[in-house]
Amino acid sequence: MNIIVVGVSHKTAPVELRELLAVPDSRMGEALNRLMAHAGIREGMLLQTCNRVEVYAVADQVEQGFSAIQEFFVDTHFSVSAEQLLPRLYCHAEDRAITHLFRVASSLDSLVVGEPQILRQVKDSFQEALTHNATGVLLNKLVKKAISVAKRVRTETGIAENAVSVSYAAVELAKKVFSNLAARTVMLVGAGEMAKLAARHLVNHGVHEVLLTTRDPVRAADMAARFNGVSIPFEEFHANMHRADIVLCSTGASHYLIGHEDVERAVRARWNQPIFLIDVSVPRNIDPDVRQVDNAFLFDIDDLESHIEQNREERRLEATRAESIVKDEVAVILKWLQSLKATPTIIALRKQADALKQAELQKALSRLGTLTQQQQEAVEGLASGIVNKLLHGPLVALKSAAQSTNGLVYIEAARRFYDLGRSLSGQESANVQDVQDAEGEDALTDALAPEPTEDPEQKRISRQASGL
Amino acid sequence: MTVAFLQLTLGLYFIGVLLSLVYLLRRSEFLARVALAATCLGFVIHTVVLAVQVFSGEEVQWVTFHKALSFFSWALVVVFLLVVLLQRLYVLGAFILPIAFFSLVSTAILPSETPVLQPMFRAMWVHVTLSMLGAVGFAVAFVAGVMYLMQDRLLKSKQFNVLSFKLPPLDFLDMLNQRSMLLGFPFLTLGILTGAMSAQLTLGSYVSWNSEQIWALVTWVFYFVVLMGRVTVGWRAKKAAYLTIVGFAGVLLTFIGVVLKGNGAPIS
Repeated sequence: MNIIVVGVSHKTAPVELRELLAVPDSRMGEALNRLMAHAGIREGMLLQTCNRVEVYAVADQVEQGFSAIQEFFVDTHFSVSAEQLLPRLYCHAEDRAITHLFRVASSLDSLVVGEPQILRQVKDSFQEALTHNATGVLLNKLVKKAISVAKRVRTETGIAENAVSVSYAAVELAKKVFSNLAARTVMLVGAGEMAKLAARHLVNHGVHEVLLTTRDPVRAADMAARFNGVSIPFEEFHANMHRADIVLCSTGASHYLIGHEDVERAVRARWNQPIFLIDVSVPRNIDPDVRQVDNAFLFDIDDLESHIEQNREERRLEATRAESIVKDEVAVILKWLQSLKATPTIIALRKQADALKQAELQKALSRLGTLTQQQQEAVEGLASGIVNKLLHGPLVALKSAAQSTNGLVYIEAARRFYDLGRSLSGQESANVQDVQDAEGEDALTDALAPEPTEDPEQKRISRQASGL
Repeated sequence: MTVAFLQLTLGLYFIGVLLSLVYLLRRSEFLARVALAATCLGFVIHTVVLAVQVFSGEEVQWVTFHKALSFFSWALVVVFLLVVLLQRLYVLGAFILPIAFFSLVSTAILPSETPVLQPMFRAMWVHVTLSMLGAVGFAVAFVAGVMYLMQDRLLKSKQFNVLSFKLPPLDFLDMLNQRSMLLGFPFLTLGILTGAMSAQLTLGSYVSWNSEQIWALVTWVFYFVVLMGRVTVGWRAKKAAYLTIVGFAGVLLTFIGVVLKGNGAPIS
């Protein structure tokens, strides 16, 4: 039983290839069925985002699993050839595959490290696989763990905390001054792209009112319609500046449009309430002297860039902390997997002992002739007692040794001592029933329980899935 | 018994202060939670001690300056817990808890002589409680002012570090500053009035011009002007932050006046 992953990402393949491999949502069930039809694939999950297409699977044999998934990818689209695809695919198995999954879910492998969408996408893919009965005990446990690792990374590190785009940085900085953007007014001076983008972000964050001003009245009307804002004649914008909490400036002018006095006047008119000015124009349109004005906060394009650079640096630092969290969690899950390896041996040993006990009991009872109920119970008790006491030591040793690094040696030894047949390589695939026997009912229901979701439709699917 | 409990409270508050300060510069919500847990536990014990002192002893026992400072400390923790509950603003602990801690420590350091209380004004505790509630308001305004200036400085100098990430937005701090001042001021006013009444009853005149009374009046006038300035000429944001920091110095000087005057007994 081996955990493997095969796929392409933005790091290994261009978008032209990735988009060919992507399966439309409507055909996901069919794709999963096709994947599961390959020999030796026990469980499967297809994860696709705009930056990656990957298959996670549990396979009987690593190499066989790799080639099955490679075949699956080649079959996905008629214009994909094996020669073109295979060099682009990465294949990982066991701890490397688990590490990969955890890193992907935690957004450590993303184009923009720390981006928040990936977790949702992992959950959706998992849900999809659950719906189509493609996952089992191992993937359920692994993906659930990956989701919890991702959550841990997000709460314990600052990996996703800070903005990494100029327009979003403007929003982030505005939020350092104004706690609630909903009651605020933003003034857009000029029609530069960057300022429009920042204004769009601010509007998305609920800015109450947008004031617009440009030299070109046609453009002003067009923008007023787009932002649902109020257009102000360019000549009058200085007089209206006090109405704005946030001023976004981006014009083609070659001189300062807003000077020290203008801002000072606006702040006075605002009764010293802070005003936040962003100048994304080059050359600059707001006099840098404005920085001296109390309660006015001016940020130019360089400030925003350096803020973002700081954020990126912060994310890089946080990413190293996140990597160590991932490493710890991989170790935990490996231990669990290791302990699973002893399960078939333990079960085989118990079965063998039970069979022996039954056989010997039958022999003894037939020789003893008629016994009273009490006598028969005593004989049976004797047999059970001896078997249980003899087995207790080896079973405990197997369970604890399975989690250590040389656990396989113990398992192999037990198999030879008790003559349990099959060699290790063939018996590693503990099936669902075995795990259930070994870990009790709770472990399985827990592993199979899907992530709670808000969507009632998804809840319905989850319920169906948990009834596997 | 109460001494042992107060020491336990102090120990717990100390943990709260220490972890809150470390939390200020570290990115770990765990620290904040442990700090909060220690503070909560300390607060519960503190509440029990105060309740025992108020309800079991004689009424007049309440009126030592030690007890008043203990109450001041307790009320500051109440404010902190409320803000955390409503706004999840753990960072406030790094600013407000040290004040609560040191005022409780000072109850142990200050000379503790039995207060000479005149039985004529039994409602002395009203004066003390009101004045202390006023002081709590101004202490919170002071803390909001300090945080405002820090955030303002960080934004102006474009330093975006853990601290700037943790400090709340400027307008929130300005609002906290204003509201706590608005709450503190009526309490201080009533505290001064009841103080003057007690002076009239015990000493025969409303004002005796000792250092406590002088600083209390100076503080009152100062905050009155600051509040008026806010309403009439827009003394808000940075200016308000500076002014409340200065104003809190007046509160502290009044406290010192009390200690100098009466060996721990706040008799006017």
